[in-house]
Amino acid sequence: MSKYTIQGATGEWEVVIGLEVHAQVTSNAKLFSGASTAFGAEPNCNVSLVDAAMPGMLPVPNRECIRQAVRTGMAIKAQINKYSRFDRKNYFYADLPQGYQISQLYHPIVGEGQLVIDADEKAGIPEDKVIGIERIHVEQDAGKLMHDQHPTMSYVDLNRSGVALMEIVSRPDMTSPAEAGAYVRKLRSILRYVGSCDGNMEEGSMRADVNVSVRKVGDSELGTRTETKNVNSVRFVQQVVEYEARRQVDVLEDGGTVDQETRLFDPGTGTTRIMRSKEDAHDYRYFPDPDLLPLELEDDFLEECRASLPELPDAKRARYIDELGLTEYNARELTAEVETFARFENLLAATASGIGKPEKDVATQVANWALSVAPGIIKSLGEEANPAHATAEAQASILDMQAKGEISGGQAKEIFEIVLKTGREPEEIAEAEGLKQVSDTGAIEAAIDEILANNEDKVEQYKGGKDKLFGFFVGQTMKAMQGKANPAVVNQILKDKLG
Amino acid sequence: MSVDTKQVAKIASLARIAMSDAECEKMVPELNNILDWVEQLGEVDVTGVEPMTAVIPNTLRMRDDVVNADPKTGGDRREDVLANAPVAEHGFFGVPKVIE
Repeated sequence: MSKYTIQGATGEWEVVIGLEVHAQVTSNAKLFSGASTAFGAEPNCNVSLVDAAMPGMLPVPNRECIRQAVRTGMAIKAQINKYSRFDRKNYFYADLPQGYQISQLYHPIVGEGQLVIDADEKAGIPEDKVIGIERIHVEQDAGKLMHDQHPTMSYVDLNRSGVALMEIVSRPDMTSPAEAGAYVRKLRSILRYVGSCDGNMEEGSMRADVNVSVRKVGDSELGTRTETKNVNSVRFVQQVVEYEARRQVDVLEDGGTVDQETRLFDPGTGTTRIMRSKEDAHDYRYFPDPDLLPLELEDDFLEECRASLPELPDAKRARYIDELGLTEYNARELTAEVETFARFENLLAATASGIGKPEKDVATQVANWALSVAPGIIKSLGEEANPAHATAEAQASILDMQAKGEISGGQAKEIFEIVLKTGREPEEIAEAEGLKQVSDTGAIEAAIDEILANNEDKVEQYKGGKDKLFGFFVGQTMKAMQGKANPAVVNQILKDKLG
Repeated sequence: MSVDTKQVAKIASLARIAMSDAECEKMVPELNNILDWVEQLGEVDVTGVEPMTAVIPNTLRMRDDVVNADPKTGGDRREDVLANAPVAEHGFFGVPKVIE
């Protein structure tokens, strides 16, 4: 697929996208108070006098929130600013008791970084692409307003007020809806690897402001952009880009101009509309917060942050390919989500130690099992399956039996089904249910001898050059063994006997 | 640097302070006096002087990530939080309807 363009009446247009992602920092307490960040509490129960902006209360930063922002910065290879500062962003709204948000405008904690979005031929991303990240700063979340509970009043819940957010600001480096979607997915993956944000978009832990502008293909000047606020899914981000790009092209081709404005997305219709706001709403009169000294980070602290970083998605994927010998596709699928690679690595370790082989010798078998075989079975069983029974030990022992040739691929599936339904031990199931293949050469040899004796004519034809008959003999042997013979052993004995 | 009546009116509006035209008018020379006074600082040569953020050497202290470690700065005190609210219902603050 070629470059993403919008066909207009006057020619082809391209789209330029930048994203500001707000990610809730994973912490127990809020950014500047000791109130809990737990989701779903009774209204105004997780609110301290600091969060409610009572007079005389002073903010004291939560070390963990700072640590998580620094670790996130390190994960996107960004410059970490040992000196940063908090500023007040002033505006009045009912969900903001302070009358200002504590944020970082002039000296953010994290500077220039980047992430790589993965090639996806089908989505029109022919190769890996580096997306610049301008900065990450930490700031307070606001409270929540409910407008539909009372005829004349809005209700205010300050439980979220003061929860720590990271605002992650990209460069306008994306040029298609697919790239914007890939960026959000990759960022989410990195945040979840690092553990600095749970990435739960439904609960609002991650939301994006989508900046979109268009220009004629070949123009070097950026067009005027619009900003669509609080978009909370990857699909919606892509819809916003598609809709806004088309809308702006139509406006420009009708001789109009795009206004730099804030818009809202309506998921129901897939459209955006302008947010009614006062002209001076953006006059935030930022100034350094006099309640907070500059934040200066010590080398020890930075060292601890760096040392606690896990292996990140790109590095893990490269290792799966180079060291474990997995395919590009499998490596990508396995490393996309934290849960997936954790399950895979557990199973891989258990299988390798069970069989007594290095991990790379069993990695492909385990990857196929973890990515396609096991999920397929779990899905087909639906309600009948108890996923809690799918322990790494149980699955490892199935893979172990399969690797040793004791059970066939089909039997492995049957045993896993029983494990999922009952939680019984795989070895015990194999014995009790007769789900084992015969590798006993004596029994197989006897069966083969009988078949060869009963089919002398075919043996002659085979020896005369009719190679295809080999399959017939295999089939007959398997039938005689009720499908439980080890195919590798059957093949070997047949080859020996037929010379 | 100086301000005029229009700017004073705008600052008042941003700060949600209701001021009549006469009050704004009166405020112009007062604010300009303050600005002039602050502007005198510009006469000092500060080449090579680091910006000062506190009069005594001090660094920002941080807190551990513990919920309600100190009751004074912790949550679970809804009654206190809502005590001064003109309207509080069902655990919420009630405010005049604000909707975009």
